[in-house]
Formats: sequence, structure tokens, C-alpha cells
Amino acid sequence: MDNAILMSSGSDVDFMIHGLFSYELFGQTFWITNSHVCILIVMLILVGFALAVNIKMKHATEVPGTLQNIAELMVEMLDNMVHGTMGPRGRGFANYIGTIFIFILVSNISGIFGLRPPTADYGTTLPMGIITFFLIHITQFRYQKPKDIWKDMCSPLPPWLPIWFPINVISEIAVPISLSLRLFANVLSGTVIMALVYALLSKIAIAWPAFLHVYFDLFSGAIQTYVFCMLTMTYISNAMGDEA
Amino acid sequence: MENITGTELILACSAIGAGLAVIAGIGPGIGQGIAAGHAAAAVGRNPGAKGDIMSTMLLGQAVAETTGLYGLLVALLLLFVKPLVP
Repeated sequence: MDNAILMSSGSDVDFMIHGLFSYELFGQTFWITNSHVCILIVMLILVGFALAVNIKMKHATEVPGTLQNIAELMVEMLDNMVHGTMGPRGRGFANYIGTIFIFILVSNISGIFGLRPPTADYGTTLPMGIITFFLIHITQFRYQKPKDIWKDMCSPLPPWLPIWFPINVISEIAVPISLSLRLFANVLSGTVIMALVYALLSKIAIAWPAFLHVYFDLFSGAIQTYVFCMLTMTYISNAMGDEA
Repeated sequence: MENITGTELILACSAIGAGLAVIAGIGPGIGQGIAAGHAAAAVGRNPGAKGDIMSTMLLGQAVAETTGLYGLLVALLLLFVKPLVP
């Protein structure tokens, strides 16, 4: 593995994204960075786990074994979370929420294994925010009439006086930006602090940074994963409107 | 003073600006403290609803945290991306 992928390798303060190699496409220079490599590692872990579970569940047993137990626990937990927040209408969203939950969780936790967390790259979190944005508005158009949406967008004032409309548009656009920046900045702050500890306190950074890893990677990462999924679910169930 | 170049002056002022930007952390600190205090009081009144109170508190705290994180991002940009240096 290249040293640039590992975070705690150099003696300088180093938490930046590094290009590993570049290539030309349509006159543009594209870089393969260490975020790409880390995201690929995370994806390989997830795909490997999914394949193992798939093979295991093909002949699932009445009394579950270890792997089957873990998989059932995860699916049940995610289903309960989605069901509890979005109600019976949110059953179809369990796939998306579960996917981003597992992906963000493994990405955040990957900092504990020395990788640079892929979610500490704005290029990873912004697409997830944009997917959520489109999901919110497609759901809104599927569940509500255009008249009600227009009424919503002019909300404090009556619908024939759309003075408030531009401000509501701005607040809609702010949703994916704040959603992605929150995850990005939280993970990045942990990454920066860990890099500072390893670089500037390298003489005495023996064993005790493990506690910082527990806080910044495990605790903070899990909380931010939960918050991202929770906010996504809240926005989507808001977009579904009131009627059951 | 005369042997300070313009770039160095900009870097120094960027460092001061970064320090001022992370003062934004005061607000989320107070807000999260208020949320946690009220959550503790709510658990004391109704220990059965601990799970719901916990998730609501975490959600509110995460939203309150956002403004502080914007300050942190501005500080990090000033220190490491150096947008003001020509």
C-alpha cells in the first residue's frame, strides 16, 4: 500500500487529499486521489460482506449462525429505524437509507484502520446530499398535488402573493449543502485533529491516541451517520405531506 | 517592519482570521448544552421515553452544530487552502 493512503505515516502535518496518479480525458486532467483508493477499499469490504451474506442466506437455517445473525440484526435495525421515523409509507425507502447508513458508517470508521476517511472529502458527501435533494423533490411531486406544493413554497403568505417564494427556494437549495457540509466538516475535523496529534506530538503519541480514535472515528462517526440518515428521513417524510 | 513581504502579511492576517472564525464554536456549545440539559431533565421526568428523547436530542444538537462547523471550515480554508494569497 502506498504511504500516501495511510494517514499516520509522515512526520509533517498531513491530512490533505493527495493525487496518486493523473490521466487525460477530453482535454481535462483527472487525478486518482487517496479518497478514491479509500472509497474503493470501503466498497470492496462492503461487496465482500454482501457476497458472503448472500451465499450464507441462500441456505439460511432456522437457528441462525454467526453471519446470519449479524445480517439479520443489521437489516432488522435499519428497517425498524426507517419504519419508526417515516411510518408505514417509508417502507420503500429502507433500501436507500440502509445503503447510505452502512456506507457512511464504514467510511467514517475506516479512519480507525489508518485510512483517510472517504467522507472527509467533499466530493463524497456532496453527491449524497444531491441524491437526497432529488429524492425529496421527486417524493414531493409523487405524493402531493402541484397546487399544494406551490402553496407550501409561498407558505407564510397566501399563495396568490409569492413574495416569500425566492426565500423558500433558497432554503430548499440549502438543504443538500448543509446536509453534506455537516457530515464533511465533522469527519474532516476529526481527521485534522488526529493528523495534528500524530504529527506535532509524535514523540509522546504512544497508545493514548487510541482514545481519541474511539471518540473521533467511532463515536462521532456513528453519531454523524445516524444524523445524516435521520435528517434524510425527516426531510423525505416532510415531503410526503400530511395525508396518510 | 519594512522586511515583511505582502504574502507574509496576508498569511499572518489569515491566521488571525482563522482564530476569529472558530469563535463561532461558542454558539453551538451553548446550544448543545441547553439541549442536553433539557434532555436530562426530560429523562428525569419520564425515564421510559429515554430512547425517543435521546434521538431527538442528538438530531437537534447536530443541526445546532452546523453553524460552528461553518466557522471551522472557514478557519481551515484560511489556514490550509490560503485563498487570499495571490
